[in-house]
Amino acid sequence: MKNTISAFLLGTAMALSVAGMASADDKVVKIGVLSDQSGLYADLAGPGSTLAAQMAIEDSGLKAKGWTIDLISGDHQNKPDIGTTIARQWFDVDKVDTIVDVPNSGVALAVNNVVKEKNGVYINSGAATSDLTNAQCTPNTVHWTYDTYMLAHATGQALVKAGGDTWFFLTADYAFGAALERDTTAVITANGGKVVGGVKHPLNTADFSSFLLQAQASKAKIIGLANAGGDTTNSIKQAAEFGIVKGGQKLAALLLFLTDVKAIGLETAQGLNFTETFYWDLNDKTRAFSKRFSEKMKSGAPPTMVQAGVYAGLLHYFKALEALGGNPHDGAKVVAKMKTIPTDDPLFGKGEVEANGRVTHDAYLFEVKKPSESKGPWDFYKLVGTVPGNQAFTPLDKSTCALLKK
Amino acid sequence: MSALTDDTIPMTPRAMRDEMMVFAVMAVLLAAVPFTGIYPFFVMQALCFALLACAFNLLIGYGGLLSFGHAMFLGTAGYVSAHALKVWGLPPELGIVAGTAAAALLGLVTGFISIKRQGIYFSMITLALSQLLYFLYLQAPFTHGEDGIQGIPQGHLFGIFDLSKPTVLYYVVLVGFLAGFLLIYRTINSPFGEVLKSIRENEPRAISLGYKTDQYKMLAYILSGTLAGFAGSLKVFVAQNASLTDVHWSMSGEIVLMTLVGGLGTIFGPVVGAFVIIAMQQYLAGFGQWVTVIQGVIFVACVLLFRRGLVGELAHLLRRSL
Amino acid sequence: MQALYAQLLVGLINGSFYALLSLGLAVIFGMLNIINFAHGALYMMGAFVAYFLLNLGGINYWWALLIAPVIVGIFGMILERTMLQWLAGLDHLYGLLLTFGIALIVQGVFQNYFGSSGLPYSIPDQLKGGVNLGFMFLPIYRGWVVVFSLVVCLATWFLIEKTQLGAYLRAATENPTLVRAFGINVPRMITLTYGLGVGLAALAGVLSAPINQVRPLMGADLIIVVFAVVVIGGMGSIMGSIITGFALGVIEGLTKYFYPEASNTVVFVLMVVVLLVKPTGLTGRAA
Repeated sequence: MKNTISAFLLGTAMALSVAGMASADDKVVKIGVLSDQSGLYADLAGPGSTLAAQMAIEDSGLKAKGWTIDLISGDHQNKPDIGTTIARQWFDVDKVDTIVDVPNSGVALAVNNVVKEKNGVYINSGAATSDLTNAQCTPNTVHWTYDTYMLAHATGQALVKAGGDTWFFLTADYAFGAALERDTTAVITANGGKVVGGVKHPLNTADFSSFLLQAQASKAKIIGLANAGGDTTNSIKQAAEFGIVKGGQKLAALLLFLTDVKAIGLETAQGLNFTETFYWDLNDKTRAFSKRFSEKMKSGAPPTMVQAGVYAGLLHYFKALEALGGNPHDGAKVVAKMKTIPTDDPLFGKGEVEANGRVTHDAYLFEVKKPSESKGPWDFYKLVGTVPGNQAFTPLDKSTCALLKK
Repeated sequence: MSALTDDTIPMTPRAMRDEMMVFAVMAVLLAAVPFTGIYPFFVMQALCFALLACAFNLLIGYGGLLSFGHAMFLGTAGYVSAHALKVWGLPPELGIVAGTAAAALLGLVTGFISIKRQGIYFSMITLALSQLLYFLYLQAPFTHGEDGIQGIPQGHLFGIFDLSKPTVLYYVVLVGFLAGFLLIYRTINSPFGEVLKSIRENEPRAISLGYKTDQYKMLAYILSGTLAGFAGSLKVFVAQNASLTDVHWSMSGEIVLMTLVGGLGTIFGPVVGAFVIIAMQQYLAGFGQWVTVIQGVIFVACVLLFRRGLVGELAHLLRRSL
Repeated sequence: MQALYAQLLVGLINGSFYALLSLGLAVIFGMLNIINFAHGALYMMGAFVAYFLLNLGGINYWWALLIAPVIVGIFGMILERTMLQWLAGLDHLYGLLLTFGIALIVQGVFQNYFGSSGLPYSIPDQLKGGVNLGFMFLPIYRGWVVVFSLVVCLATWFLIEKTQLGAYLRAATENPTLVRAFGINVPRMITLTYGLGVGLAALAGVLSAPINQVRPLMGADLIIVVFAVVVIGGMGSIMGSIITGFALGVIEGLTKYFYPEASNTVVFVLMVVVLLVKPTGLTGRAA
């Protein structure tokens, strides 16, 4: 009964919106920021992502043009069950059009299915899995900011070109780590480098000394950390203890966020290489945005690349809505429109939304500054190299997305 | 040492009648859910957890065994069902059977290891075993690590019932829950259940009466694990994914919490507890960060102040068995 | 072969933490008959207190080794006075449930205030750097951890097994009523014992702060491994839990070398094997 009512409502809404397009009447949009508000990803996404979404709504200028844009946020607690239940409820009950952010690959993929089923729009910025635009791509999904392929590719390529041609991997022993190691290895060998060894460590390892000893003994120039979160910070911290960087080997973290560097501290993290697609101190535009952002953050922190991706993704979404002249409440249609407009925003610069939903933009290789070089509380990175957007992400002919096989 | 649960009220025909009446009311109320404004997905999820908590309660409330690793049954059955449905392409009924059977097998193996130890040792062993499984599932290729198994086809149950329709799915889950619930109820009130209770009260005495207590406990453990697995298989159809969360120790903790809130060793307690905790997760999501703290506070409050749980306190007040 | 020595040594370091934590659990269990699920959270608190002492009070690592266990120990004694003592006479499982709830609260509160990624704490200057042992580069700090925790473990053993106070403690475990009849304040002894066990956990936390990221969840997973260690060793004797702690650290270290994929599970697998062969654990009395 409930469902027939909601189906009826949805039908009417759709009918209205079809009519509305001509009269440009339906300018009501509802956006849901689904994030991890308390767990592992809360610092790099969480409340900051909600703030970024609010700023995108303000900066789009759509409200002045007669649009009504509502924002709600939710905490998926890193549980796919909770994520999908919230997503369903948002679509069915709260009439949300678009879900953004969603860190944690497991939750992100689960929500991906719901969004497709409900024909909403899904702008993911927080998840690392490249499956979102490959095996599990949908016509409703746009993936901003980063993915495992890009991280592996950009870091691997840049470091091998800079002379780091022998590698040793510390790999987290599960699908995510394996994917990172596989993709990076491919890039290293393609660029003439060599992987001299590696060791798989279990998730949530507290003590990395055994693995670091092996890495040290391998004499590889680069030690690649194909892990995430606490494993990465612990391995970096303990590598410093074992004098690995001082001994001439370089550490390359394949997935690292601004908040992680803050947590490790410059003293320990200095000299570390890794890739991000956004840094607050890149240029005047990013600095201006970050200044406004950190003034509104309780902690005063500048935006992370995930939060920046939420902002940029929504700006692009609003551009598509404006071009459509109203909200069709048809996710696939809006995403199709997003794919026809080139992306251009103050944070990520120019790029495009490819047919598989992947957004391409520049990626940057950074090195963590020495404590003596840092001039402020968040002055952490030195730009080492830039990988152009069209080279950083999975080439379309290698993407396994079914949308491409038409 | 006082007993973990208090059911001083003897099982009389009157108590039986009371319980059947409450059961009927519960069944009717639940059956009416799709006609109210309540969001069916929430209720379905709560039903799965309610069955899970009932299965757990069978072990602690009537067998006196606190398993701190019940998530392993939930997760194992979920993974096996999901894999069977998605990769092997089995129909839903066989998917459920596969998941439930896997949980039964797991119960047999882990029971063999853990059942000889009692009290806190049993709790620690089950916790350690479930952590072992967590790491195995994390590394096993078929679970897809932290991505989980996604987009599981719901299919047609017995070739007739289209499970992708929320209302149909709801009633299927409800029937599954009620069947599991009745099975547990029946077990508790069977001679087998009486022996279990006597073991809980005084194991040496039960042994001296000639009962092979380890065998009884083992059987209860396997039954509990199997039913927990059944709940896990049902949940696959609701959530359409199977993930590591369901094997993590924090899930085991939540199962304990649900039962504790509702009332250890009460018949309807776990159901009430599951609804309370799931509703809390959904509707307190706004509090975001504080959900774990709130859960912890409830744990502490239950242990210190309401050891009988919601239903247990109510039953005590009404001097009825619930 | 050289690598093997290195792994053995590294294993001892891990074993130090297992030993300190399982020792604390055993001390508490002996006196209160409670499995302290909050042990991991209190270990984490030890590391955080060290961080605050340094960053807010300017108090260095060496003082933190002393002060942090005392602060956390007092916190533990408050917990015991206000909550745990009310469980006396109830089924032991309630103690497990209560301390689990306390662990959730403590971890949750820390997560709210300090986020998940954690805080930095560096190695004290005196222990920086390392020595080349020929077969491995040993950071001095690691060597310090092994030596110091061995000393602490042995001192605790001495305190409980060889002193007058320890004799009272052991007597009170066996027969509290009788000990009370001798005019000894048993409840106060219980409180102090809980404080001691908790203090050991906090000490392990301070020791690990320079090695591991100081994170709210740093103790959550560790405690489950320590539970397995405790099941393997049995909680019957103090020395037993110390030896099993170190031994399992070494075994885990070797696994990291020979088959790293299984290094997180090896302790659990060992637990299964021990339970199949000797259901009471290696040194345990029948539960």
